[in-house]
Amino acid sequence: MGFFSKIKEGLKKTRSGIMGRMEGLFARNAFDDEFYQELEEILVAADVGVATTLELVAALRQKVREEKVREAGEVMEILKGLLLDILGRERVPLNTAEKPAVILVLGVNGVGKTTSIGKLAGRLKKEGKQVLLAAGDTFRAAAIEQLEIWAERAGSEIIKHQHGADPSAVIFDSITAALGRKRDVVLCDTAGRLHNKANLMEELKKIRRVVEKALPGAPHEVLLVLDATTGQNALAQAKVFNEAATLTGVILTKLDGTAKGGIVIAIAKELKVPVKFVGVGEGVEDLQPFDPTEYVNSLFSLE
Amino acid sequence: MLFESLSTKLQNTLKRLQGKGKLTEKDIDAALREVRLALLEADVNYKVVKDFVAGVKELCLGGAVLESLTPGQQVIKIVNNELTRLMGGTVAKLNHAPNPPTIIMMVGLQGSGKTTSAAKLANLLKKKQNTPLLVAADIYRPAAIKQLQILGEQLGIPVFQLGQQDPVQTVKGALEHAIKYRHDYLVIDTAGRLHIDQALMDELARIEKALNPQEILLVVDAMTGQDAVNVAQSFRDKLGLSGVVLTKLDGDTRGGAALSVRAVTGSPVKFVGLGEKTDAFEPFYPERMASRILGMGDVLTLIEKAQSTFDEKKAREMEKKLRSQQFTLDDFLDQLQQLKKMGPINQLLEMMPGMGGMGKKLKGMSVDEKEFVKVEAIINSMTKKERQLPSILNSSRRRRIALGSGTKVQDVNNLLKQFEMMQKMMKQFGKAEKVKVKGKGKGRFPFS
Repeated sequence: MGFFSKIKEGLKKTRSGIMGRMEGLFARNAFDDEFYQELEEILVAADVGVATTLELVAALRQKVREEKVREAGEVMEILKGLLLDILGRERVPLNTAEKPAVILVLGVNGVGKTTSIGKLAGRLKKEGKQVLLAAGDTFRAAAIEQLEIWAERAGSEIIKHQHGADPSAVIFDSITAALGRKRDVVLCDTAGRLHNKANLMEELKKIRRVVEKALPGAPHEVLLVLDATTGQNALAQAKVFNEAATLTGVILTKLDGTAKGGIVIAIAKELKVPVKFVGVGEGVEDLQPFDPTEYVNSLFSLE
Repeated sequence: MLFESLSTKLQNTLKRLQGKGKLTEKDIDAALREVRLALLEADVNYKVVKDFVAGVKELCLGGAVLESLTPGQQVIKIVNNELTRLMGGTVAKLNHAPNPPTIIMMVGLQGSGKTTSAAKLANLLKKKQNTPLLVAADIYRPAAIKQLQILGEQLGIPVFQLGQQDPVQTVKGALEHAIKYRHDYLVIDTAGRLHIDQALMDELARIEKALNPQEILLVVDAMTGQDAVNVAQSFRDKLGLSGVVLTKLDGDTRGGAALSVRAVTGSPVKFVGLGEKTDAFEPFYPERMASRILGMGDVLTLIEKAQSTFDEKKAREMEKKLRSQQFTLDDFLDQLQQLKKMGPINQLLEMMPGMGGMGKKLKGMSVDEKEFVKVEAIINSMTKKERQLPSILNSSRRRRIALGSGTKVQDVNNLLKQFEMMQKMMKQFGKAEKVKVKGKGKGRFPFS
């Protein structure tokens, strides 16, 4: 299965959920208050959030009025355009130009950091890159073992310390090893941490500092993993993680369920951090580059 | 907190209506709009919100609100009561098997915290002199069995596993083992799965059929958004859910998913996970959760306290004075005394909206009640005229007051400075309110 069809597969359920309604909505041709009200409900149901929804719909109303739009198809295009203005129209590729490219992967507990790293390792390997995994989650029971299994599956090396070791030290060693062994990419796992735990966020800052020290110019990517089922709290997560470690992108996981992950729209709007990958399944190949046009189109397409 | 607390919003909405005489249905709608927004911002599913608000509206129109001098507080009270009632009212207990072992099955999406919760629950049972057996039935996620084994080892609780084979075989084996070795509880950790994954959902149904567990607990991440209803519905349709475990509540999420899940499944939330440590696991208290979702701390208790101790007439007079800026040191003293009647300041602070998530921090920060005694003494050492007109307080008067109250001139100065600041704040408050009323009417949100 090509990755377009795969992402569509993943997004299909998203679509049949909200967008089934959306299609019904646009099939009728009256743009009265009820129409906009229903549109608001649909967006809120997709976890876009109340504030963002209100702004989007207000902007849509205005454009429809200004441009004297009459047809449903046109209204849909306007709405798509508004969403793409926020999400960006181009796909934002992973920055792996440097050798080694150091990629930090962060997030709260249970969002799928380790799994995403495993899948990302597989994907990079396929692109012909030599990947080294850093077992930076030294806190959760069996997190190191879990990453080891993924390393084996992806055919990449792993640098690990014991359970309870200093994650900064693990990551420092990994970068040093990658420099010595001339590897292309270092993927750094970190322990899940709730963003309101000040001490854990301090630990994260330290990790970043250590990375900067180990290799000037690094980290080249700082990716926040978000669970698509998460509601409005994801925005708070993104804000705090961004403050602590300056994010370069988001991985949106578990998009193969019925959750819509609409909060990424609010995040893109407020923090200008692009979504780079989406997780649409359990397999190694199920981490797909995020294509904003594809995402928005799939949400609205009538085929 | 990202959002203004609901109570503030409600007070503001209803304040605009003050002086209007009787409240109308329309006024109630305006107030309920704030309730609706607060619930949506807290991630309560929009359908659940609709039903909830409709129910609350009926109660509000019932009379108590319309006639009340403090309609805002009445609305909050009704909302809070309804939320608490919907979430189960009281603490729900675990079901037990007539003959041990009692079988508890943990189910849920990936990453919701099943493995950790299973270990925490077993730990709680062990502390109550039980002999639980943990069962590793997650054969899919890499190292999931290992994770449970490590947790079991840390807690001194045995873990049963049969490797990667069919989990139905594993749980059957575990049951035999439990009977043989007299374990009184079986806590089964199942694999995380998507609720739309038919094959894996069937697997859970097979485990249920094989063991007939007393408890099937749906583990839900407190940060879950609108999708919580879909998840809960699918699990409820497939399994005989008996309760919910709400995890990661130590985050700063409002946790509206609790209400959504409860509304859909009808099963009570039985436990909450509050941290990474294995003992961070507690029974669920509906009224606390209600306040949290509304983002208002334990504001209701505070209101009740205020109502019973504050003389309503006095409060109104005070408000008038504040507004016209005739607020004097006498009034200040009066207010302090009223405040003191309400109980220890520390306790009050903890109940304040916005302070909710800071409970622990607050415990470290103590408000010195002695300060209040000092302030009282200082004001009591002033003449009537001085209290009315603090501007006449020159340095010799200040010295006299300090001597009379057994404080230092600095203390007197500080108090006066604070008082002056308070007066200024009041002035700004009055102004700000006028502006706000002018700028209303934006941000329409028609979820009715």
